[in-house]
Amino acid sequence: MSLLVLLPVLIPLCVAALSMVAWRSLVLQRVLGTLGSVALLVSAVALLLHVDREGILALQMGSWPAPFGITFVADRMGAIMTVLAGATGVATFLYSPASVDERRQRLFYYPLLSVLLAGVCGAFLTGDIFNLYVWFEVLLMSSFVLLALGGERPQLEGAIKYVTLNLISSVLFLIAVGILYGAVGTLNMADLALKVAQAEDKGVITAVSVLFMAAFGIKSAAFPLFFWLPSSYHTPPFAVSAIFAGLLTKVGVYALIRVFTTIFTQDTAYTHTILLIGAGLTMVTGVLGAAAQFEFRRVLSFHIVSQIGYMIMGLALYTPLALAGAVFYIMHHIIVKANLFFIAGLAHRIRGTSSLKRAGAVSVYRVSPLTCIIFLVAAMSLAGLPPLSGFFAKLILVRAGLEAESYTIVGVAIVVGLLTLFSMTKIWAEAFWKSPGEAPGESTGGEPAGREHAERTEEPECDSALAGPPTAMMYAVCGGLAVVTVLVGVFAGPVFGLAERTAAELLNNGAYIRAVLGENP
Amino acid sequence: MNSIILRTATRFTLPLLLLFAIVVLLQGHNKPGGGFIGGLIAAAAFSLHALAFDPAETRRVIRIDLRTLIGAGLVTALVSGFIPMVQGKTFMTGVWTKVPVAMGEPLKVGTPLLFDLGVFMVVVGITLLMVLTLLEPEEKTD
Repeated sequence: MSLLVLLPVLIPLCVAALSMVAWRSLVLQRVLGTLGSVALLVSAVALLLHVDREGILALQMGSWPAPFGITFVADRMGAIMTVLAGATGVATFLYSPASVDERRQRLFYYPLLSVLLAGVCGAFLTGDIFNLYVWFEVLLMSSFVLLALGGERPQLEGAIKYVTLNLISSVLFLIAVGILYGAVGTLNMADLALKVAQAEDKGVITAVSVLFMAAFGIKSAAFPLFFWLPSSYHTPPFAVSAIFAGLLTKVGVYALIRVFTTIFTQDTAYTHTILLIGAGLTMVTGVLGAAAQFEFRRVLSFHIVSQIGYMIMGLALYTPLALAGAVFYIMHHIIVKANLFFIAGLAHRIRGTSSLKRAGAVSVYRVSPLTCIIFLVAAMSLAGLPPLSGFFAKLILVRAGLEAESYTIVGVAIVVGLLTLFSMTKIWAEAFWKSPGEAPGESTGGEPAGREHAERTEEPECDSALAGPPTAMMYAVCGGLAVVTVLVGVFAGPVFGLAERTAAELLNNGAYIRAVLGENP
Repeated sequence: MNSIILRTATRFTLPLLLLFAIVVLLQGHNKPGGGFIGGLIAAAAFSLHALAFDPAETRRVIRIDLRTLIGAGLVTALVSGFIPMVQGKTFMTGVWTKVPVAMGEPLKVGTPLLFDLGVFMVVVGITLLMVLTLLEPEEKTD
């Protein structure tokens, strides 16, 4: 049974190795990758069901006992994240043939995607803080290549910022792990939780925890070091930016939640206050940045930043309800955000441009009402309109904030929600509603000279997308994810129940420690 | 590079270097060495060959396509992890068996060696793929 913990990591690794062997045949790689991601999703769902029913599952790699060997642990949090990773993986593999040109596919696109999934799942399931670093590196390495694959000018420009800041954060992470090991002499997370609680020098522990906060903060694109995200996510092919948008920053958020619930709870008044301030600033800067953008994916990228703020807010409030809200928010966000990027690809295929200032070839609204409906579901969910998933996510967090009497952050969260709605209506009006003849920013008339000017001042658009009408698979992927969003909203009760149980488990690390170290640690 | 001295020397040193790479790979379990260093030494040997002759010649000498080599290495390393699972042990547990040798003590062979072999192949494949690509004249891709 304990093998179940390992499957979500092993399956993509095996698929990556096999697709390397099958480098000659793109079709074979595509089939292997798709089947692999479906298998990953199935194993992750099985893992979640098992963990939810029977409790935390732990596995010692190579039979070396904890805390000496490498431990793999699946609690509810880890299992939920793996399910989401599996779902995003399936969608990306299905969408890729329609979004990534053959030249890129030939450059080991599919094996890299599998390695990325393995890295993400490894990070979610490892029970060892150094191993977490290793999985971070695995997923970062493959993401570096995926981001720069194709070597277009805007891609490389974005990749340089992305690589530099992520490397800095990795160095911080590694330094923090080193200091922590020096201070308490263990790297196993369960063992760390015990040793940190008993440590005499609380000052060192708090200092290290802030280092971790900085490292994971950069990785999750929190204020102030978030700018690598909006400057790189709009450059690669749509499938790549969708899986990045859905999963990568959330690995950072997961790491924050893991470290600041399971391990560093010695000085919550200090650490979680910093987190709360960071969360508020992240929300505000993200949403204001989005308001100033006029490129489909750049608007969405800034919204990732502001949404990260909501998740960190849930962690920072540190009550059972707030944590449940954060977990719910992550579940809602990964699906919706990946879907919005997929839809951006769909709209690009129809309009022939991703710019919101430049008029597209046709009016999406006239040509494909279906695309508009899918976009509306995802966008309104992101903005938090009932009865979609985003509404419940925000509702839980706002309620948690009111109960904790943190009125400022509640106010910020609500205003940011409204501004999100503003951005989404901007995309709706400019990209979906407007017909080609109309000039930007004006509903009637306007001289064409104004448009010419707007085109020239704008930065060059990336042509990493394929041309031609969208394929049926693109509609299927976007529609499928939209249905999931609606379902999360409809079945908000059971989903919230799961989030609540997850939060309870995170706040009481006793079960986690017992699962890893045995009954009498 | 067109140097008869380097070419002649490479003809003699290439087998020696490869042999050394294998020695380093095999002694890795108990002494300094292992798949990674062994792989680097083997890759260095082939890089020398590529410098003395030309990259296309080196690709011909290696015979197997480097991309296939990387994939095969990954599969080998993964298989070494699955072997203990057949016996009901956890993934990546070391499993050992004794191979009788004509003279002397029986040889202990185990899954860590198989794992190292996989690492060896991956390191050789990736390093040479980079070195040879850099040595080759640039192709027009589009």
